[in-house]
Amino acid sequence: MRRIGIGRTGAWVTWRRTALVGLAFGAGALHLAAVGVLLMLHQRWIVIDTLSLGQATVLLLAAGAGAMAARGDGSRWLQGALGGVCAVLPLALLSRAMDALTLQPIFIALSPDLQAMLTLGLPPAAATPALLALGAVAGLVGAGLRAAPRLSRALLPGAVAVLVAGVFQELIQLMLQQYEGPIGAVRDFVYTWEGLTQEGAITVFLVVTLLAQLFGRATQGRVAAMEPARRRQIWAGIALAVIVVLPAVAGSYIGQVLMLVGLYILMGIGLNLEVGLAGLLDLGFVAFFAVGAYTTALLTADAPNALMHLPYWAAMPVSVLLAVCVGVLFGLPVLGVRGDYLAVATMGLGEIVRVIVLSDFGAPLLGGAQGVLHIPKPQLGSYTLSSPVALFYLTLVAAAIAAFIAWRLENSRLGRAWMALRDDEDVAQALGINLVRSKLLAYGLGAAFAGLAGSIFATMLSSVYPSSFQLLISINVLALIIVGGMGSLPGVILGSVVLIGLPELLREFGEYRYLFYGAVLVVMMRLRPEGLWPSDVRQRELHAGDETAALDAGADLLPARE
Amino acid sequence: MRKTLLSVCNVGMRFGGLVALSDVSFDVQEGSIHSVIGPNGAGKTTVFNCITQNLRPTSGEVWFGDERIDGLKPDGVAARGISRTYQNIRLFRNITAIENLLVGMHLHLRSNWWGAVLNTPFTRADERAAHDEALELLQFVGLRGRGDVLARNLAYGEQRRLEIGRALATRPRLLLLDEPTAGMNPRETSEMMAFVERVRARYEITLLLIEHQMRVVMSMSDRVTVLDHGTKIAEGRPAEVQRDPAVIAAYLGTAAAAHAVPA
Repeated sequence: MRRIGIGRTGAWVTWRRTALVGLAFGAGALHLAAVGVLLMLHQRWIVIDTLSLGQATVLLLAAGAGAMAARGDGSRWLQGALGGVCAVLPLALLSRAMDALTLQPIFIALSPDLQAMLTLGLPPAAATPALLALGAVAGLVGAGLRAAPRLSRALLPGAVAVLVAGVFQELIQLMLQQYEGPIGAVRDFVYTWEGLTQEGAITVFLVVTLLAQLFGRATQGRVAAMEPARRRQIWAGIALAVIVVLPAVAGSYIGQVLMLVGLYILMGIGLNLEVGLAGLLDLGFVAFFAVGAYTTALLTADAPNALMHLPYWAAMPVSVLLAVCVGVLFGLPVLGVRGDYLAVATMGLGEIVRVIVLSDFGAPLLGGAQGVLHIPKPQLGSYTLSSPVALFYLTLVAAAIAAFIAWRLENSRLGRAWMALRDDEDVAQALGINLVRSKLLAYGLGAAFAGLAGSIFATMLSSVYPSSFQLLISINVLALIIVGGMGSLPGVILGSVVLIGLPELLREFGEYRYLFYGAVLVVMMRLRPEGLWPSDVRQRELHAGDETAALDAGADLLPARE
Repeated sequence: MRKTLLSVCNVGMRFGGLVALSDVSFDVQEGSIHSVIGPNGAGKTTVFNCITQNLRPTSGEVWFGDERIDGLKPDGVAARGISRTYQNIRLFRNITAIENLLVGMHLHLRSNWWGAVLNTPFTRADERAAHDEALELLQFVGLRGRGDVLARNLAYGEQRRLEIGRALATRPRLLLLDEPTAGMNPRETSEMMAFVERVRARYEITLLLIEHQMRVVMSMSDRVTVLDHGTKIAEGRPAEVQRDPAVIAAYLGTAAAAHAVPA
């Protein structure tokens, strides 16, 4: 008898867990609905007249809930279905509540359009069961995919391809616009004006699934056989190739987005020296960016308050140098400040720069709120780098140089001193590391990269305004370092792509950008606090395998001290 | 007569109204093992901090060789040849064992940052020499093959030895060890004692030791200084100190001291 009792309790725990997992996803869906994201997503088709992005989001949430829920020891199918139902239950209740009450004055996003979406165009009595049934089906699919990993691995590439093709349809269409002939025909078959056609979606799904089946198995085996380091190299190589080639074929919009990503990578590399390596939490980083931008502006602009009319290539090194000087000056007052206090102090210093630019005192030189206009584009011989794509390549080269310098520094005596400083400042000093020198070098070199980014930024926009140098930029750069992985160079690149590039590409999200930022940061800190691409543990001892043998043989010949 | 390497003269340290050390003086002879003992809170670690200038003594002087070192910065003290370990191990936890040693060599490397960026032949030679020395030191502290492990992932005893290795990497003339056997069982303690002896034999350095385990103190030290409540209450050879009534009183209470004196 007791065993049955225990069994019941066990079942109760399992079902309660299932329901809670489902409701957690449901809470997410409810949140998206309440802030208006769901309706916004609903207005974008993935497949014309069949599936909107909003509907896909709800279904994905339900499927995810089903997959997460179906891991108990009871009936997986039932758990999956229950998870899916629980994931849509809050939306169903919301829909009922909107029938009974007028909620829109409180939550403006709870509009009749949202109600129409939630009821699927059905009368209220049929809508709730229909929604719950859809949730159950999605949950079952999620559970099924989890139960049959091989099947889901076969279907996943196709599904992802359809999703990507649908979500980025605007971009892809923009890219394909220029083509006629066969490519144009494919485009017209797959896409209509605002989304995938039904036939197009099915075709994309089938083709990608087939390709994945044909080539996937072989590549997968080969990839699995590789060392992780080698695999990473290949991934990085592919990413690099895409970054280099994409803007050239994809046109100026992608070029512009990637250029912004490149500028953030530059700044990220700089801040990474300070925060990731030396552990100096700097929230005033935008100041160096501003100094670089204003220096370039004042030295090159065709404006009354410009100091000189140098060519861009002469102004750029001056901008970098001045940013370094400001970085060192900036570091001086906060040398003895640590941790949280340093973050607050640097934030203040960063704001000072912006306020000086806005002040009456600085206005005659810096242009006040009107900024500096008419900054020329860089010239390369007789060719002017005026298009976003050309400027993107300039940014790319700058970022590559910066990454190279940062990489060399990381593995140097100074880099080690920085890391020691980060881990324990007192001990580092007791081992003979000069704190003043090391810290000022971190600020100065970090500022150099930000100054370079600012200089390119000025010529990109052809004008600079104080409003471009908000605290938010410092925070963005810090966030991308954290998301990418503190102290990790590839992490900086990945972080910029994810936090800067993606929101730019999904322009509808613009309004909700910081909502996603917040969500991403919270989720990252909970699930993967080390970042997307954490820094490698350097293999120094084993790396020198050949030297080791020699050392073992001649250990006595090497004096410990001279 | 051996030369005095370190001389602590009338050093006092107060934090606001709290007197942590008052008028502490002792000399450390070159090549000796000198121990500082005393009950908890006696001010032993404060003495260390006053020597390495992690704390600036509020009164008195500290001399190292012919040079007065109080008032220097800690990195200046390290450059003159004093290195230390900590009671609660303070490795750089997020870098590897060998990188910890390389950080210790910071003072002796001559390459600078732009040399590193350009990867000049000089930098490469400098780094290679440092790497060789680090490997050798790794071998000496018994961590060969563990060099690429993050310091925080090393076992406790390994961390202790690595910390000593890192201190040795600065090529000190005087090494301060703050409770090297803290938290160790008798067998580990014996191993650590043997290790410390090896350090002295090989590097021919002077050791100043804070220690709690009397077995260690009595068998290893050439000279012992006893602190209690921030003042020096005794100094001498281990056997002398052991018999000193003031020391017994400090450790066991005055009644025990009264009892012990006739014996």
